[in-house]
Amino acid sequence: MTSKQALVEVQIRRQEKEGAPIHWESFQVKYRSNMNVIAILQDLQLHPVTSDGRKTTPPAWEAACLEEVCGTCSMVINGKPRQACTALVDQLEQPIKIEPFSKFPLVRDLIVDRNRMFEHLKTVKAWIDIDGTHDLGPGPRYSQELALDRYKMSECMTCGCCLESCPQYGQDTQFIGPQAINQVRLFNSHPSGAMNAGERLDIVMGEGGVQDCGDAQNCVKVCPKHIPLTESIAKISRATTGRLFKKIFG
Amino acid sequence: MAKSHRVIVVGGGLAGLMATIKACEAGMEVDLFSIVPVKRSHSVCAQGGINGAVNTKGEGDSPDEHFDDSVYGGDFLANQPPVKRMCEMAPGIIYLMDRLGVPFNRTPEGLLDFRRFGGTKHHRTAFAGASTGQQLLYALDEQVRRFEAEGKVRKFEGWEFLGLIKDEQGVCRGIVATNLFSMEIRHFRAGAVALATGGPGMVFGKSTNSTINSGYAAAYSYLQGVKYANGEFIQVHPTAIPGEDKLRLMSESARGEGGRMWVVRDGKPWYFLEDMYPAYGNLVPRDIATRAIHKVVYDMGLGINGQSVVYLDLSHIPAETLRKKLGAILDIYEKFMGEDPTKVPMKVFPAVHYSMGGLWVDYDQMTNIPGLFAVGEVDYSIHGANRLGANSLLSCIYAGMVAGPSIAKYCKNIKTHEDEVASSVFDSAVAVHNRRVDYLKRADGPENSFQLGKELGEVMTRNVTVTRYNNKLIESDAKILELMERFKKIGIADKGEWSNQSLHHARQLYTMLQLARVITIGALKRDESRGAHYKPDFPDRNDEKFMKTTIAQYKAPASEGADAFFGKGSEFGSPEFSYEAIDVSMIKPRPRKYDVDKKSS
Repeated sequence: MTSKQALVEVQIRRQEKEGAPIHWESFQVKYRSNMNVIAILQDLQLHPVTSDGRKTTPPAWEAACLEEVCGTCSMVINGKPRQACTALVDQLEQPIKIEPFSKFPLVRDLIVDRNRMFEHLKTVKAWIDIDGTHDLGPGPRYSQELALDRYKMSECMTCGCCLESCPQYGQDTQFIGPQAINQVRLFNSHPSGAMNAGERLDIVMGEGGVQDCGDAQNCVKVCPKHIPLTESIAKISRATTGRLFKKIFG
Repeated sequence: MAKSHRVIVVGGGLAGLMATIKACEAGMEVDLFSIVPVKRSHSVCAQGGINGAVNTKGEGDSPDEHFDDSVYGGDFLANQPPVKRMCEMAPGIIYLMDRLGVPFNRTPEGLLDFRRFGGTKHHRTAFAGASTGQQLLYALDEQVRRFEAEGKVRKFEGWEFLGLIKDEQGVCRGIVATNLFSMEIRHFRAGAVALATGGPGMVFGKSTNSTINSGYAAAYSYLQGVKYANGEFIQVHPTAIPGEDKLRLMSESARGEGGRMWVVRDGKPWYFLEDMYPAYGNLVPRDIATRAIHKVVYDMGLGINGQSVVYLDLSHIPAETLRKKLGAILDIYEKFMGEDPTKVPMKVFPAVHYSMGGLWVDYDQMTNIPGLFAVGEVDYSIHGANRLGANSLLSCIYAGMVAGPSIAKYCKNIKTHEDEVASSVFDSAVAVHNRRVDYLKRADGPENSFQLGKELGEVMTRNVTVTRYNNKLIESDAKILELMERFKKIGIADKGEWSNQSLHHARQLYTMLQLARVITIGALKRDESRGAHYKPDFPDRNDEKFMKTTIAQYKAPASEGADAFFGKGSEFGSPEFSYEAIDVSMIKPRPRKYDVDKKSS
């Protein structure tokens, strides 16, 4: 292997803060087997020097668990919204292009503010209305089949890949997006959560709710946890229709 | 009616969220601080499950048996009363989490399923696939969001704790914190503060910990006078996937579900744990398994293909069963290693995982600073010299449950409300941290803090983990002091006034170096072997001399004052050590052995 091949070519979109000028910087990082995009960004903290030998600041980025369960290190890598930790260099075309998500306010470089996603969870009341945390004995019994279905939905780590890829979602639109609708299904499927199912359906029946989905089906393709998001949207959509009929015709 | 107090909780993992919920239920309002959105806290990384002697398998399990396993597994270093209380509360905690909607795996009858874990003979571990920590965290996150919607919780996400604020009587009255984006530094007043900031994995560089686990909050609190206890007890998990950027955990549940560890000896698979420890086999506690792997790889030279890895094999178990019970960890292995563990054995090696030590707390979770509480991995109280698998999620929730009511009780007896405390107390605390940032902004020396952090991690991992020799520990301390000297010559190229991560890292690093000394010198002074602390030159447990809690307290040199960090003084502060007797009144200490069945107390 020549020394040329032992380098990884990377291009990173730089922006000091929202509204500041955007520019791209190119870097070359020493290749190691099994390395991921995080390892590249860590290298740049140690040696913040561009391909043409110019000293720069290390790009700003966010990460936490590095094993794809926390949802922190979301970025657009070679055009695809995904987690940087599972983006393995061996599987990426070079130069690797790294950009921040575009559907959220930019903080700096690769960091965006995804707080809006957590507000969506508040909007749809994504919780069980328990009486309190004091000892009230066991929870409701339910089947292993339902537990597995619920587990799948509950793996959503609020990473935002589905929203980044969704044509209907954006800073200027009302749509709450697939992640929040999936949470409605998750909580409505729990025996105690179902007691407030109607309330959650009423919320997603309104403006920005489930009917704003344009059926592009991008969300389910980019979800790193393979959550059946389009199935959740379809089920909740049907449930809202049923509820509407019930409201009209009693 | 007396004016109500605000409570500050720093850290939004399981312990911090549970403390928040309990404080809200006790009628208090909470300001919750976290460097990341709380849903991204390190609790998500816990995989295997949560222990509680619910005894649904007709095995005669009981909280007493859980208590005995935990104290025995911890090699008789924990004060026993809080461990007992935790084990008694455990079944109720699991039921609560089920009521919150955690999708625990279930039996054909729709009851909670339980699996086996290390250091016990019972099916005692409730689990949600193999991302149980994530699922438990989400359940508490949802309840806190509910309180937030009701206006009882204010979240400060993207804010980092910088330091405690103590009044003239030495009582904790609030914190200084900074917004990591805007870099604003300000004070927050409170009746009581709870630190729930997790472990110090980053002190060891690469570990199974999240990158956010710097240990800064605990370390800085130690510099401010909080006792740090049992710092030398660091758990090294036997099975992690080696990686360039981190060492990814491969859950103990893989062995709980029947996974076997082996290497090739004389051309055949050698199931070394089953051979060495026939009574517990692959489910010996973590410190035992880790040392066995080191022995097999380093002493016997039996690492797979000559590399520092051994096999963790699930391929004999039906793939469908594995997918249902261990799906999340199979995915991790496949995504990062490109091989399917249902078909081929996984290659794993030990990695730093958990700190048994932490801030000293009493049985109400309060530190030696009145008004300052600590909960979860950041507190030292439960796990003794070695933590049993699936006891961490339990201890985090337990600590939060205890701390909530303790904080409410403490606040009832506060004589001067935090709003009545002189503003100079808060202003001077903020000024200290502003000066530090000003210093770092000007720093233009040749040293890179990320490089210093890397070197710290390397020396700590090499000398202060699985096998410890006194000469190596002395060497490590000298290296840490060298890094502290080099810290004085740090340079920060990034002059950004907005989300300046180089500056944030440098600020953390100084305290990480101080904490590294607590861990290293604590290990040097403990001339025995107990749980995770193993010295070949002192291979036996010495109860007479060392069945005691190690207490480290920071002694600042006269020249240092409040300006410690600026590199002005030529000398550095040091930890001073003392030893505190522990309460072993419930289970009489006995030798710990896993090659034979445990003799009950």
